[in-house]
Amino acid sequence: MLYFSKTKIFTIYSIIVLLSFFSLVNFIENKDSYFLSKKINLGLDLQGGSYLLLEVDSSPIVKQKIQNKLLSLRKHFKKNNIKYKNLRINNNSINFSLLSESKAEFEEFFLSKDSSFNPYLSQYKSHELNHIIENNNIKIDYSKYGLIELKTAALEQSLEIVRRRVDEVGTNEPTIVKRGNERILVELPGLEDPNRIKKLLGKTANLTFRFVSNNEDSFGSEVLFYENGEDQLKVSKRVILSGDSLLSAKPDVNSQTNEPTVSFSLNRVGSKKFGRATSKNVGKRLAIVLDNKVISAPVINEPITGGNGQISGDFTFQSSTDLALLLRSGALPAPLNIIEERTVGPDLGEDSIKAGAISLIIGFVLVIFYMFYKYKYLGLIANVSLIINLILLLGLLTLLEVTLTLPGIAGIILTVGMAVDANVLIFERIKEESKIEKSIIHAFDTGYKKAQSAVLDANVTTLISSLILFSLGSGPIKGFAVTLGIGIITTLFTAYFLGRHLCSMYAIRKKDKEIVI
Amino acid sequence: MIFKTPKNINFFNLYKRMNIFSLILVTLSIIVISFKGLNFGVDFKGGTLIELRTENKNVIISEIRQSLIKMQLGDISVKRFGSQNDYLIKIQSSEKNNENFIEIIKNSLSADLGSAINFRRVENVGPKVSAELLQDGLLAITLSLAAMLVYIWIRFEWQFSLGAIIALVHDIIITVGLFSFLFYEINLSIIAAVLTIVGYSMNDTVVIFDRIRENLKKYTKLPILDISNNSTNQTLSRTLITSITTLLALFSIYFFGGAILKGFSFAMIVGVIVGTYSSIFVATPILNYTKVTSKTVLKEEENLN
Repeated sequence: MLYFSKTKIFTIYSIIVLLSFFSLVNFIENKDSYFLSKKINLGLDLQGGSYLLLEVDSSPIVKQKIQNKLLSLRKHFKKNNIKYKNLRINNNSINFSLLSESKAEFEEFFLSKDSSFNPYLSQYKSHELNHIIENNNIKIDYSKYGLIELKTAALEQSLEIVRRRVDEVGTNEPTIVKRGNERILVELPGLEDPNRIKKLLGKTANLTFRFVSNNEDSFGSEVLFYENGEDQLKVSKRVILSGDSLLSAKPDVNSQTNEPTVSFSLNRVGSKKFGRATSKNVGKRLAIVLDNKVISAPVINEPITGGNGQISGDFTFQSSTDLALLLRSGALPAPLNIIEERTVGPDLGEDSIKAGAISLIIGFVLVIFYMFYKYKYLGLIANVSLIINLILLLGLLTLLEVTLTLPGIAGIILTVGMAVDANVLIFERIKEESKIEKSIIHAFDTGYKKAQSAVLDANVTTLISSLILFSLGSGPIKGFAVTLGIGIITTLFTAYFLGRHLCSMYAIRKKDKEIVI
Repeated sequence: MIFKTPKNINFFNLYKRMNIFSLILVTLSIIVISFKGLNFGVDFKGGTLIELRTENKNVIISEIRQSLIKMQLGDISVKRFGSQNDYLIKIQSSEKNNENFIEIIKNSLSADLGSAINFRRVENVGPKVSAELLQDGLLAITLSLAAMLVYIWIRFEWQFSLGAIIALVHDIIITVGLFSFLFYEINLSIIAAVLTIVGYSMNDTVVIFDRIRENLKKYTKLPILDISNNSTNQTLSRTLITSITTLLALFSIYFFGGAILKGFSFAMIVGVIVGTYSSIFVATPILNYTKVTSKTVLKEEENLN
């Protein structure tokens, strides 16, 4: 166990030098080359920032889609002269009854692989919709995979819109990723007050232009609230123009009233539609509705044909900027709910780093003194191993660009306490062996050999715990699992390679003397 | 003579007494947990947690409470946290919070207290997420116990596996029981602590088991009681030294690591002490009760050949 070939020694020390280099990289300011640019990232709990978990509420989309399906089904029946009864929507499913002779024909239409009404999703080997036939009553609803497909599409779209909105606000290196099939994780490092972002993400930003209703409206009308939540306005259900026709939007100031407004320009199709609608309805009031709330309802003084317009309302400078941002980034396909939020201020993060560093140093010093007190010279070897262990741990964390969290720092400190265990196991064994073995070299050799299985078992158990923590834990806890797990690997390395090599040099030098442990 | 270590403690004389002591502790813990319940934090119960610092150092805690009660937020709690002008507010609101929720509280508090307020930390966990976090936490603990069971089974024999798992369950129940008794908060970091305790306690047990197995093979005539007693003695100094260095590190976190890590390091300190005790007085006697002999470990080798 104590023999080391030249190549082995070279490899051990090369690894140590390499990883020491990476741990030093953290303290270098100049980060030009690829290797120097690696660093340990600080978690949100250490550098401050916001963590938001958003959930896409897909129920309005399902409702809308089922409604569209009902309309196309009705069209299909009319076109093919199929008699149907009681066609209605009940709890997100379409229900109706058919004559018995039409049932087969319907099924053929429904289950055809190239049907546009009920598309076949080849990747799931399933249709978008399910149907149940009971006597002559038929019930259609979304299949399991149809819903998944729908949710995935909504999530993808939402992700894109969220990304645009966050980018527009211009925060520092945001992370925006999918979580499962209906959630989006947004991490905003360094952000002190997430309120504005939360407000921006909480809005669907569905913009519509609709006429204020007179009583003879064939499309039906509805009563909507203004943004202030008090005043109401009856507007037509017919949408003249919606947000997708917008080419751009920016905050502006009305030249006459000097009030903040949002000016927009429309795409070609939108301009034409808008021009036609406004030419025919001069003198009427056009309501501008955002997420079912009326922003304003100005009177159309003249046809707007150039495709440019201005939205006035009860804006402040900030709210006009935000509305323009929302309109530019587009509407979310479905509402987003913030289901988890964690925000840490930068000063708390700094305090945590300080506290973590202080407790690391104190814990480290205590352990080093204790080991020296217990084992004297061998204690020094254990301590050198411990110091190298910490440097290697730091180097590996840097190389893997791990995110360090406060529990992660706790994991490092815990590693300091537990890392010496490997050496303690070995030294205790050497002590025992030295009572029966005459030669020091032999005592060291069998000591290492016999302690091996205990050292391995003891560390594997902790490694298992940290692996499970890593795979199931969230956020900061993951950081703990990472440092603890990597700490075990560096501990095994330093004890079994570095520590053993140092011990072998010690044993060889002292081979003629009595040793006292 | 190999077995003449300077301090040879007769652990087996203590086994019965210590096992009764353990049984009492575990029973008490279960009683306390079932009657007093656990103080779940926002991670597992949902709600809002705010850590705030007031600029004005003369704010009285009851003023903060009064101000919050005035806002009618439902079930609230306020306590000091860390330094003298830091406070921790917990709001158990079940209603769906609007996006301005936090801002409204901040403005209202700052107006009532007549002091600038800094929200150092805000955690807002919805009911769906907190239920999932709790489920994941319990799953993680169960999985780690199962993984340990399997690992020891593979490396040793089922008797060893049984002993180790009973010791682990013993450690977890007593640690959680103490948290229930003191009504300390259980949050995500406590789950991490419990999992680490599982690893640590196992680590301690395995070292003793490893020696027992070795001695069983070497001294086939000795009864298990002597073997386990000798093995415990041989590894005792290692057991104590490692516990001490780990505790040194943990106490350092507890006293200097800041208020956020207090609960975590407390759970770990309790866990390390209980885990060290249980390796000697819970896991090892079980080998005796399950009548492990040299044949148990030698059979394993024959099977391999």
